[in-house]
Amino acid sequence: MTEFRAIKALWYREVKAYSNDRPRIISSLVRSLLWLVIFGSGFSAARFSGLDMNYQEFLFPGIIGMSLLFTSMFAGISVIWDREFGFLKEIVVAPISRSSMLLGRVLGGATIAMSEATLILLLSFVIGVQVNWINLPFILITMFLISSTLVSIGLTVASFIESFEGFNTIMSFVIMPMFFLSGAIFPFGNMPSWMKPLVYCNPLSYGVDAMRTLIIGVTYLNIYLDFAVLGACTLFTLSLGSRAFKARM
Amino acid sequence: MNAIETINLTKRFNSLTAVNNVNISVKEGEVFGLLGPNGAGKTTTLSMLCTILKPTSGTALVNGFDVVKNPDDVRRSIGIVFQDPSLDNRLTGMDNLRIHAALYGMPDDTAIDRIERLVSLVGLEDRMQHLVKTYSGGMRRRLEIARGLVHTPKVLFLDEPTLGLDPQTRAKVWEYISNIAKSEKITVILTTHYMEEAEQLCERIAIIDYGKIVALDTPHELTRKIGNEVITLKLVNTSQADAFKKLDYVSGMKIGENGDVSLSVHDGAEAIPKIMNFALENNIKVTGVEIQKVTLNEVFMHYVGREIRDEAEKDGRLQTLRYQLRARGRI
Repeated sequence: MTEFRAIKALWYREVKAYSNDRPRIISSLVRSLLWLVIFGSGFSAARFSGLDMNYQEFLFPGIIGMSLLFTSMFAGISVIWDREFGFLKEIVVAPISRSSMLLGRVLGGATIAMSEATLILLLSFVIGVQVNWINLPFILITMFLISSTLVSIGLTVASFIESFEGFNTIMSFVIMPMFFLSGAIFPFGNMPSWMKPLVYCNPLSYGVDAMRTLIIGVTYLNIYLDFAVLGACTLFTLSLGSRAFKARM
Repeated sequence: MNAIETINLTKRFNSLTAVNNVNISVKEGEVFGLLGPNGAGKTTTLSMLCTILKPTSGTALVNGFDVVKNPDDVRRSIGIVFQDPSLDNRLTGMDNLRIHAALYGMPDDTAIDRIERLVSLVGLEDRMQHLVKTYSGGMRRRLEIARGLVHTPKVLFLDEPTLGLDPQTRAKVWEYISNIAKSEKITVILTTHYMEEAEQLCERIAIIDYGKIVALDTPHELTRKIGNEVITLKLVNTSQADAFKKLDYVSGMKIGENGDVSLSVHDGAEAIPKIMNFALENNIKVTGVEIQKVTLNEVFMHYVGREIRDEAEKDGRLQTLRYQLRARGRI
């Protein structure tokens, strides 16, 4: 019960701090909108082999994946933020386990990422993408698995980094490659062969594929494989994160 | 049972002994001060008592719990106000306190009553719904003190509670601390390098220097031990100063770096005419006289051999170097 209260408190803290921060919400929505409208319209004239559909429609689930990626990873920054501004000490001396500390943060970060992704899902009405709303529960489950994996990765990395600068450096070597190698902005079919292993190693590829299957009914991998990989990644990164917290906090 | 009991508490960082065989016991309900210059080992001692740092050797009991064997029991029974700010500025004051309550496993309804009481104790009732980033330095300090008390700890640790606050705000914070110590019947351990702070708040003071306790008593006893007043003389010829040692009403003599001669006496007003006559009779030329009540500052100089405020300005590396030199040479 004590641990549950602590997890809830840490979750509440992340969500409350986020909802107090309007500029952050607006900027991440604007970022997704820019990709969808400007990048999407610009590339809708291009022809990808093996893609016989509207490019904006193809891009839409990918941008949801991108939003989950950015928001979740940067939720990891909260640890560095806390270390810099001292709040970390308040948590570290509390009589709770390191796993609860991690879980509270993961659930908080996942909640934030999921609510942003859901807002983008609603943008489908504005830009005219047909969403299979009947799959909504599965879409939410996919969002949850993707974001908890990514928040755990972000937190694991952040627990080893002492400064904001270090975090940004590592993130630019992780976030951008993960985004480009996820099949979010171009189909798997026409990739050069050296890129393929990287794509298959990227957990986000399975997330984007699951999203695309559930939202617009287009599959490149296999939905059961997607869920199996995402589930395994969530468990693995959670245990990785809790090890990192035990070692580093 | 004592609230705090340390047994040869020691902390080493590589070659540096930050805390060296410290033995202190703090009674329940006492306000106890650790006084010392920067880098003396105050915060390190506190961190070990709060289970943030593990002692290299020795141990400590806090509320009867061993800091090494039962850290979680210790944590539940203590409240901490850190030296550096540790609030979440993005949240309201109320949210900061509620999150703290939840982290310590308090049910909501108990927490709300408790928070209401503490918030009025530190005078922040009408600021609770504002974001902490809009608070002044003093308000943040008061909120942190209230937060440290939310889970009804038996011991409250305050690490430099008024560092960086202006004099008025500092006086305010002192007032809140002594009110809380009384109304909550709580043991308070505070570290400070401000003499007035130790004098104002603490029932007993341990002076700590280079990791060792060099004196431990009530402020009154500490000052009484080195005389109640100090007469400072400026002499034309400092070498004549030794003559004053013979006088039975002079309990101590010291020559400062600038050649001033300080004499410790019980009653300065009575001693000055006697001293002046003595000087005339012995052909000692005096060019200036000053009389001063003994404060903890003099006590500190007596035990540590230098004034505390000089130390505050030295940077950390120099401190460490001096520390190591001294550790090799003298200790």
